[in-house]
Amino acid sequence: MDFGFTISKTRVIDLSAANMEKAARVEEVRRCMDCGGCTATCTAGQFIDFNIHRTHLLFRRGQYEGLDKALEACMLCGKCTLVCPRGVNLRRMIINMRTLLP
Amino acid sequence: MTENKRFWNEYQKEIAEDHYFYERSCIRQTFFPGSEAAFLKILRTELGKDIRDEVNQHTCTGIGYHSDIVPLQTTMTIVARLFALMTEAGYKNYVPSCVTSFGVFTEICHLWEEDPSLLDKTRELLYKATKREFIVPENIAHPSDIVYKFREQLTPRMKYRLVNRYTGKPLRVVDHIGCHYAKIFPDKGVGKAEFPYVLAGMVESWGGEVIDYPERRHCCGFGFRQYIVQENRGYSVANSKKKFESMEPYEPDFIVSNCPGCTMFLDKWQYTIAEMENKTYDGHGYGIPSLTYEEMTGLLLGYDPWELGLQLHQVQVEPLLDKIGIAYDPGAKYRAADGTILPNPDKPHNLLV
Repeated sequence: MDFGFTISKTRVIDLSAANMEKAARVEEVRRCMDCGGCTATCTAGQFIDFNIHRTHLLFRRGQYEGLDKALEACMLCGKCTLVCPRGVNLRRMIINMRTLLP
Repeated sequence: MTENKRFWNEYQKEIAEDHYFYERSCIRQTFFPGSEAAFLKILRTELGKDIRDEVNQHTCTGIGYHSDIVPLQTTMTIVARLFALMTEAGYKNYVPSCVTSFGVFTEICHLWEEDPSLLDKTRELLYKATKREFIVPENIAHPSDIVYKFREQLTPRMKYRLVNRYTGKPLRVVDHIGCHYAKIFPDKGVGKAEFPYVLAGMVESWGGEVIDYPERRHCCGFGFRQYIVQENRGYSVANSKKKFESMEPYEPDFIVSNCPGCTMFLDKWQYTIAEMENKTYDGHGYGIPSLTYEEMTGLLLGYDPWELGLQLHQVQVEPLLDKIGIAYDPGAKYRAADGTILPNPDKPHNLLV
């Protein structure tokens, strides 16, 4: 039946229902303090819709849908790794995430 | 200790004892046609109160006002005309059936109190247009406030209690308070916006158990601008869906609301969600019955379910009536006032009826 509208999906992340198995296997994401330095310095992010902080934040919360596509935008230049105040090796983190995501 | 007592006084509300001027809702008589008549019957015959059901009453403009279609000045003058009808009838206690109207009247009176020049201007405009004059009501109470106030007086008159007759356990009830009841002016509601007790008080006094689920205070999604354009209704229904998903694990027996829009949405959106996503929230495919507080009170007092208009609900109430043990005639469900039996309505595809 056509009601002329569809039900909007909620944007709330239910952590108790999320599958955290993959996130638990990438040790680097747990060291992030969400400063956003990686996104600010990202060359790819200057030109296209790619946000590395958002991507690994979703990964950390078990929201994997579409992340494999998003991570294809990364050129692995490593600038994010240079600016990270927590010393996270983001390049390794991205490669690990790519390996785990379908 | 004294300070604490004063603090909790803020959560109480002054509700007039008697002599009420009643204003009906614009939409309730379409969706819940027996509720307002039941309220008048409860007040007049059960409690012996004086309440006037004015024939010349009209809209408060609430839906138009909150949809940005009716300007504030127009709303003020129309509200003033309603107060003029109350004044002419010799009443001082205003009782609007609708939670939106309750919010509108409270807001307008607050504006007049803050800026008396607005009140003077409204008096002038109303006199120019209608030659009427008015007094500002001494007390504005929602009908649910009045039922709440006299709930213990009603208890001994009740034939049934909110108890599952098969298990002997209290019925599990979801109470939903309309946003405009206390979220706009918290001190005008029983228990303020944080702990609204107006419906929970009734349920607890009459034997039921109130469910405290995570999204209890969430809006139902009615909110006028949310649904007025058809294409936007997906956002509106998403609000109700969030509530249903949150209350589902607690297995509620029914929902009770004090707002026309909430009762209607929490009832009809269950049909919409069932048709769109083939999902119901009671585990059996029937949905969770959604009642007004007058219907709940009327049922417990032994009023006939079909006189209360329960056959107009989307989610059918018979399983609930059976649980409480209320007698009803299934053959009279669609009997018209002249005695003829009307044809049964079409059945939904997914929602069981």
